[in-house]
Amino acid sequence: MSTIRVPEADAAGWRCACCDCDLVLAPVELEYMGSHFSVELPACPQCGAVLVPEPLALGKMAEVEKLLEDK
Amino acid sequence: MAMDQKELRQWEARCIQEEMPRCTAACPLHVDARAVCGHVAEGRVNDAWAVLVRTMPLPSVLARICDGPCRTACLRGEFGGGIDVAALERFCARAATKSPRMAPLPRRKGNAAVLGGGFAGLCAAWDLARKGFSVTLYGPRPAGRLAAPTDADGELAAALAHELETMAKLGVRFEDGAAPGVAADDAAGAARWLSDRSAPGDAGPDAAPDTFDAVFADPEAVPAALHGLGPADPVSLGTLAPGVFSGDTGSGVPASPVALAALGRRAAASVERFAQKASLTAGREHEGPVPTRLYTNPAGIERAAPAPEPEGGHTEETAAREAARCLNCQCLESVKNCAYLAHYGAYPKVYARRIYNNASIVMGTRHANEMINSCMLCGLCTELCPTNFDMAGLCLMARRDMVQRGKMPPSAHEFALRDMAFANGPSCALARPAPDGGRTELLFFPGCQLTASDPGGAEAAYAALRAARPGVGLLLRCCGAPARWAGREDLFAESLEALRTDWRALDAPPIATACPTCAATLRQALPEAEILPVWGLLGAAKTGEATESIAEGAGTAKSSGIAGAGAPLAVHDPCAARHDEPARTAVRGLLAGLGVATVEPRLTGKHTECCGFGGLLAEANPPLAAKAAARRAAAADQDFVTYCAMCRDMLARAGKRALHVFDLLYPRHADPAARPAPGHSERRENRARLKDRLLRELWREPGAPPAPHEAVRVRCTEEAAQRMEERRILISDVQKTLLHARESGAALVRADATSGRRLAAYRPVSVTYWVDYEPEGDGFLVHNAWSHRMRILGLDGREGRGASTAGDGPRTYGIGARASDQRGNE
Repeated sequence: MSTIRVPEADAAGWRCACCDCDLVLAPVELEYMGSHFSVELPACPQCGAVLVPEPLALGKMAEVEKLLEDK
Repeated sequence: MAMDQKELRQWEARCIQEEMPRCTAACPLHVDARAVCGHVAEGRVNDAWAVLVRTMPLPSVLARICDGPCRTACLRGEFGGGIDVAALERFCARAATKSPRMAPLPRRKGNAAVLGGGFAGLCAAWDLARKGFSVTLYGPRPAGRLAAPTDADGELAAALAHELETMAKLGVRFEDGAAPGVAADDAAGAARWLSDRSAPGDAGPDAAPDTFDAVFADPEAVPAALHGLGPADPVSLGTLAPGVFSGDTGSGVPASPVALAALGRRAAASVERFAQKASLTAGREHEGPVPTRLYTNPAGIERAAPAPEPEGGHTEETAAREAARCLNCQCLESVKNCAYLAHYGAYPKVYARRIYNNASIVMGTRHANEMINSCMLCGLCTELCPTNFDMAGLCLMARRDMVQRGKMPPSAHEFALRDMAFANGPSCALARPAPDGGRTELLFFPGCQLTASDPGGAEAAYAALRAARPGVGLLLRCCGAPARWAGREDLFAESLEALRTDWRALDAPPIATACPTCAATLRQALPEAEILPVWGLLGAAKTGEATESIAEGAGTAKSSGIAGAGAPLAVHDPCAARHDEPARTAVRGLLAGLGVATVEPRLTGKHTECCGFGGLLAEANPPLAAKAAARRAAAADQDFVTYCAMCRDMLARAGKRALHVFDLLYPRHADPAARPAPGHSERRENRARLKDRLLRELWREPGAPPAPHEAVRVRCTEEAAQRMEERRILISDVQKTLLHARESGAALVRADATSGRRLAAYRPVSVTYWVDYEPEGDGFLVHNAWSHRMRILGLDGREGRGASTAGDGPRTYGIGARASDQRGNE
């Protein structure tokens, strides 16, 4: 599974509160309607907490969700 | 189950929009006169000419001699005079500067002879050549009436010469003899040749007859009296001799040039069928002038006087004027009056096919899902359509099919189904006999949208009913309509069964509902119960033994300036009351009793329009729902008064001043027509609080204990509140997310660390919610929230956790499965 890079995934600005460290871009596995994707998202390098930024959730992610729902 | 081909045909046949307009149906050649008029009116003469050339044989000739039988059929005839299409044809023939290229079909193995160059014969030869036959035309041309000198300036003769040249280019061979081996002027000889041809093996010395697969005898050149093969069959033009066709059916040669042309066309079609060994008669009822089912609403058509053809023919200007009188006959009765049907750019016949195709897709995108889920299921189209096309039935069938096959997009109706589950869950559902006990004589069922929109109104109505009669019980829950609209018959049955159990436990009394959708739904699904609209009862209570509260209410209504002060209100009938005439009448009676003057909006009663909520349009396609609501809002200049809480709120959201009948019966606001529609979270709160209050005050029972997340104190910025409403994120979703963050400590913080802003995520069931917040006292201030349905499984290659770690519940949302812990999960 090749990793998809999206411009909306911006690691800057947020830190993990639990681990007290900056988020870094890392490949994250996403799933919807049985389809799996690897997307590079900001994530905590220690605990693996992932950020889905608002523009991504409401933009590309929503588009893909709709596409998969209509498949 | 999805529809099959046969069912599709039945659905398609219901829609008459593609039926021919009157002019085309009346034309023996079915020339698209509507298109010709459209082009000429817009100055596109070459396009108009192309339409004629595509349909007519020898167009340069026929366009000049057509007698225009369409004119008497034209609907415009009732509004100033039928369009003189024949004059427009003449204009096009003269004014066109370009003709479309004439390409015959590829040559096929078929030889045909035409005896006689009358107009029917010429047209038969023309059509046969275009079909790819090798055609030989015998005899002088033109013959018959076409040969008579009809135009002094030779325009027609030139046109004929031009078309004969075209025919030659198409491969037609011209022979001067009246038939093979027969002299030019020997009609009797031609007839003899024909007769001989009918006796195999007895052909004359010239073997040519046998080289033809079929022959057509022009009725003017070789009449039946001469050939002796009997009058031709009017459908196939066949004679006693196989392969010999004649234009003489025994009823005389048609005087109409276009009828002659049609005769030639019919002959060519028969020759083709004969050559293909196909039936000569089957399926030919559509040839020639036919009746049409196309309906065009004459309402609003204004008279327009003809633009007569000037001496010497139309100019571009006079032709355009005459053509512009064309009414462009269409049906579109439903499409013109439905935001949904208009939105998808076509009409029911096309939609039926799209729906069929959508269900047939195995791999690929189902483009019609949104269309199927956007029908308001309101039934207006069926009322307006001349053939009662039932778009609601079609879409509902498609939705059920999608659900059954697991192809319904989960996001389409999930929010509404969650709301229904909430209304039927422990926070909101309630079934009680009258507070003072005794047998339940009447069960008040306000409906879950009324209790969401106006809990005070529902409470007041219940008080009024109890004051007017003994034994009025209360049933708070959803009728199940959202499940039905979503195609979820499983959820509907489950909800109905719970309702039936409550109803039976309360002595199975008549149900008085304050929601037209509940009334329609329960009448259909719970036929053993008597369903009464509450309006009549409240009206009776008011006019008869007027109770103090109702009398007070009405008095206030009159004096408050809301109504009865002269400004009439427009009555908006909810679409669910379309077939509930008693309810519509009762509401008007109630309003009259309150002294409220009323007017009817455009489209009312059984023709009322949906507010945009019906069929869950507002869930599946919010922008279109807003459009539908705006459309309805524009149906009257006056403030609306209605008797469906959802209609009231949809109209209010569209910026229309709108009242619910309860606003007049039980006035509680200074300007109730301007009362804002409560948002999604508030609607839930209203229901839950109403139950809680009624339980405590009327039945002296404690309410249900609050779920842990309800204790989380949350305040939203105005922007956040607005976004949450648009994004269908509830306060309770935010509370659960924040509770989870507080308990788990899982959150992100701003890197600059100065703002105190944090970001938490949580996935209670099938949606992940993100909340951007900051602590505020012992609670939280919410700045933003968003959500997605995609699941975060974790970092590739290791068991990671998203910020949404804890809450990955079941993938699909099931109301029944979660009913027990509704309070906690909702």
